[in-house]
Amino acid sequence: MIRVQREDFDIGRELDRLARGDHSIGGVASFVGLVRDMGGPDCVSALILEHYPGMTEKKLAEIEAEANRRWPLSASLIIHRYGRLEPGDRIVLVATASPHREAALAACHFLIDWLKTDAPFWKSEETPRGERWVEARAEDDEAAQRWRRTGNHFD
Amino acid sequence: MDCRHLASHTASTAAVRGDEMKLLYFAWLRARIGHAEEIFQKPAEVNDVAGLLEWLRDRGPLHAEALRDLSVIRVAVNQEYVGPKHPIREGDEIAIFPPVTGG
Repeated sequence: MIRVQREDFDIGRELDRLARGDHSIGGVASFVGLVRDMGGPDCVSALILEHYPGMTEKKLAEIEAEANRRWPLSASLIIHRYGRLEPGDRIVLVATASPHREAALAACHFLIDWLKTDAPFWKSEETPRGERWVEARAEDDEAAQRWRRTGNHFD
Repeated sequence: MDCRHLASHTASTAAVRGDEMKLLYFAWLRARIGHAEEIFQKPAEVNDVAGLLEWLRDRGPLHAEALRDLSVIRVAVNQEYVGPKHPIREGDEIAIFPPVTGG
């Protein structure tokens, strides 16, 4: 299931709901992304997350479908927030459920790695000196590359 | 040149006439160009993404500056990532943005 929303989410309730009623599930893996204060010279007071409505949901659904093709998942969930978030706030939740831990853990790792390079979200930081756009990290591309079979780069 | 500008993004279904193309800009590209969305009549000489970017650079100094370095530009046509040789057709929704930074 995919949800793109402004509101926060309750991790306990989401994980409960993911596995409830299916007693073949042996494990639930999850990843929660938080807004980090980088602590540099410009103190970050908030993060603004912008996205491409329509394409975001489409890409997240594709990524989730790919995870379900690769691993035997009983259930999966991606929640990604947008709008203004403060340090410590939750940004993203990825959760996967499977009869066995290997599939749940690997699929969860795959989903967050791939999401970071494929889902059309952009972060800007609010600093005392104004707005600053967060740059993509080469490490994120490399992390996604481990799972990848096609590129999407414009170069 | 028939052109409409919008400061913020509208629904993807915003009316695009048959001979038009809809451009969407995100993140710092939106901020530098000064529009979230522009609707143009598709010029006859624009056939692919590379040609479109070249044509857009001639729209004005803000476009030229924002699209100066194509190594930091990504393009999606009808909500799919594409490369420079991807065709541009009338009625297309073309999004131009920097590398994504979600998660």
